[in-house]
Amino acid sequence: MAGALNAALRDAMAADDRVIVYGEDVGPLGGVFRVTDGLQAEFGEDRIWDSPLAESGIIGTAVGMAMYGMRPVVEMQFDAFSYPAFEQMVSHVAKMRNRTKGRVTLPMVVRIPCAGAIGGVEHHSDSSEAYWASTPGLTVVMPSNPADAYSMLREAIESDDPVVFMEPKSRYWSKAPLALPVTTAPMDRAEVVREGTDVTLIGYGPTVRTALEAAEAAAAEGLSIEVVDLRSLSPFDDETVSASVRKTSRAAVIHEAAQFGGYGAEVAARVTERNFHHLAAPVLRIAGFDIPFPSPKLEEYHLPTADRVLAALDTWEWDA
Amino acid sequence: MSLNVEHASVRTLPSEKPLRLLDNAGHAVTGSATGGFGLPDTQTLLELYRKMVVARRFDVQVTALTKQGRLATYPSAYGQEACEIGAVAALTAEDWLFPTYRDSIALLTRGIEPADILQSFRGDWHNGYDQHAHRTAAQATPLATQALHAVGLSHAARLRHDPIVALTFLGDGATSEGDAHEAFNFAAVWQTPTVFVVQNNQFAISVPLERQTRAATLADKAVGYGMPGYHVDGNDIAAMYAVTSAAVERARSGGGPTLIEGVTYRIEAHTNSDDPTRYRAARDVEHWKRRDPIERLEKFLVSEGVLTESMRTEITDAAEALAARTRDVMTIEAELDPLELFDHVYGRERAALLEQRASLEAEIAAGAFASHEGAAR
Ligand SMILES: Cc1ncc(C[n+]2csc(CCOP(=O)(O)OP(=O)(O)O)c2C)c(N)n1
Repeated sequence: MAGALNAALRDAMAADDRVIVYGEDVGPLGGVFRVTDGLQAEFGEDRIWDSPLAESGIIGTAVGMAMYGMRPVVEMQFDAFSYPAFEQMVSHVAKMRNRTKGRVTLPMVVRIPCAGAIGGVEHHSDSSEAYWASTPGLTVVMPSNPADAYSMLREAIESDDPVVFMEPKSRYWSKAPLALPVTTAPMDRAEVVREGTDVTLIGYGPTVRTALEAAEAAAAEGLSIEVVDLRSLSPFDDETVSASVRKTSRAAVIHEAAQFGGYGAEVAARVTERNFHHLAAPVLRIAGFDIPFPSPKLEEYHLPTADRVLAALDTWEWDA
Repeated sequence: MSLNVEHASVRTLPSEKPLRLLDNAGHAVTGSATGGFGLPDTQTLLELYRKMVVARRFDVQVTALTKQGRLATYPSAYGQEACEIGAVAALTAEDWLFPTYRDSIALLTRGIEPADILQSFRGDWHNGYDQHAHRTAAQATPLATQALHAVGLSHAARLRHDPIVALTFLGDGATSEGDAHEAFNFAAVWQTPTVFVVQNNQFAISVPLERQTRAATLADKAVGYGMPGYHVDGNDIAAMYAVTSAAVERARSGGGPTLIEGVTYRIEAHTNSDDPTRYRAARDVEHWKRRDPIERLEKFLVSEGVLTESMRTEITDAAEALAARTRDVMTIEAELDPLELFDHVYGRERAALLEQRASLEAEIAAGAFASHEGAAR
């Protein structure tokens, strides 16, 4: 997936010279996850460069660049290191179009490696998606596989609105045979990645794999699970999700972030509002505990697993 | 404000050449290069030498353990011993230290146990020592954030009329963060007893200093905030100790904050997951290895006849003993209690967390993690 993202950046930069890339260590090092590997050698320091170490500065200058017609793609090194940029993201990036009545738009992409399961020390495994998703004006997407990573990043760069592009770190090393360029579904669409009839499991980013594992295990016990990969957190694809839920009449959502006030609450509320009379059971959330992200040796206890998903599904009254 | 702060602006420019008291050959420096600072007495220097040798051995040992997979990560301070120890040695046990991830050997010098320092890097818990007992804050990972804490704590101490100084370490890269600027400014405006030690080890992961600042030195930054700035040879522990001691004393006596830049070099990779061959030349590393802070002081102490063979053996033995102890504690798997995850989130019990705790307990009892090493112990 890191390779697919790298290819997407390369192709976008080649296709449009307004596309520029900067951030911490994105130049000669190629980023700490090597997503920008080789790009500086290819496009030069006017197109991709190492910025000073300042996240608020990175986002704030990207606002100015985008105002002047560039299409900056900037990197926050890890999710928790985007917090110094909160002010710029929430007060300016998200609101510019609205406060200027559409006269100023910000075609920029903020790439954020996110979530855990890589044995990272403190501040390297946060899930910050709910902060961004609850900010009107931001588009928030999270691919779960290499093909989507390529296609969605290309689309995000072409978008005239700012996009928070979240990259699940634990999927960086996932592999898939790809003939590039690849175009998958539009980035604001969810996708049914496994068909089923009894339950709809909704995941995004790192938890799509967990959902698929759960579905596999459930199939062995005769339970047919449909898995929906949200792909886009904001906007939310009600159509795809509702269609699936109406088919199965049961839904659960999985994410790594803490449950309380988490993104799953939005999913559960929307699914219920739109499909109440089609639901045979309450919508469930399987999430991280309501604790700060644990240190590496304890993260396995915190992260939602396929077993936890299945145990949660067992709490429904299946005969009713 | 209740504290009577005299308004005096500061216009001293840091020296262009780094201040030094010992040159690379271990000779005492004379003239303007010393900035008027005097060489610490030989007993002090001998003690600093001992601390550096022990710290170096510790650092090498931990890097080796990291390569063996005993630690999740370790940011080495190899080559930065003079900066770390020279600065920390200027503090009393009552003063506070606000370190970063890079400063494990400074914690060692503060008397913190290896196992406690390494708890976070080994992945057991985010912080492993009693901050109040050691007057040492948890090692900060988000850059420059701890500098504001140092300013706040030292200001609070001053409001209570406690003669306490807070020293905080920052990297060269961290000086670009907004929090660094805010900390410098608060400290200067409030005239807090804070000492900022910027360890300019030339790189922020892969990014060299010239991509971080256009200032001639990082010490120059002090001027704009209205505090003294010192540009110091960070591989000369005599200079680091002398300059930091003066800053600590000024802070303690109400003279306000100081910014000290120690010019040094990170010999090892940023962390074990870094590949420094992508951004720096081996000959640069070699160049800096020849400016080793320990060898420099050693040459001086030997030429002065202060460091004898038997002393050297005794110091090496002490370093080896510490390394062995570090190896020993790191080979024992710590017993972790997953249920403790819920114990320290709030001071007051929360029903929802108790429920989550019970659910994890049930999972563990049911053997959900039995196949995993370390689980259910
Ligand atoms: C706010 C923030 N942004 C990014 C990072 C990721 N990061 C960790 S260390 C580092 C480089 C820091 O360089 P410097 O301040 O010079 O200190 P050094 O590591 O050289 O001691 C970066 C970018 C971070 N820890 N915190």
